[in-house]
Amino acid sequence: MDVNERIKALLDAHPLVLFMKGTPQYPMCGYSSRAVQVLREVAAPFHAINILEDPELRAALPRYANWPTFPQLFLHGELLGGCDIVLELKASGELLRLAQETAPHGTAA
Amino acid sequence: MSAARIAAIRARLEAAFAPAQIDIIDDSARHAGHAGARDGRGHFKVHIVSAAFAGMPPLARHRAVYTALGELMQTDIHALQIEALPPAHG
Repeated sequence: MDVNERIKALLDAHPLVLFMKGTPQYPMCGYSSRAVQVLREVAAPFHAINILEDPELRAALPRYANWPTFPQLFLHGELLGGCDIVLELKASGELLRLAQETAPHGTAA
Repeated sequence: MSAARIAAIRARLEAAFAPAQIDIIDDSARHAGHAGARDGRGHFKVHIVSAAFAGMPPLARHRAVYTALGELMQTDIHALQIEALPPAHG
């Protein structure tokens, strides 16, 4: 499968996807670690992918997402942003609202 | 090297946004030794206030900053913490 199709398939399979450095248990970067922490604070169920173990994804995502760095958080296939934006969304209450919308049987908006 | 990088970042952002305020901090020392820092590029924090950001959602503001920095994102910058704000209402 082409790498862009792999990305689409991942985003189709999970409403909330975090592409990060390391794993939620062992994050390898402070920004990825903070993003995980904030998602846990709002109890948002998310699917984490360790891009350090997938060089093809790591190389393709910046262009796919039009975003140069990691972590990258996607909701329903759309990029929400990186660590700073996730923190901003948390502070404004928006992240909690989005998390509550992420019902297991919800359909993509 | 750090001063030259900061000057390059500042020049790009001033040209793109004519900011009312801009602060750039080299945060590389805090990340020295971690895996992402080994390629020699830096970690920076940018605080920028510009009327250009009015009405733009956060994602668009950050993308505009990345676009203005262009290839510096590949050559000089490993990670960038961005605070991009419109001027406060009086």
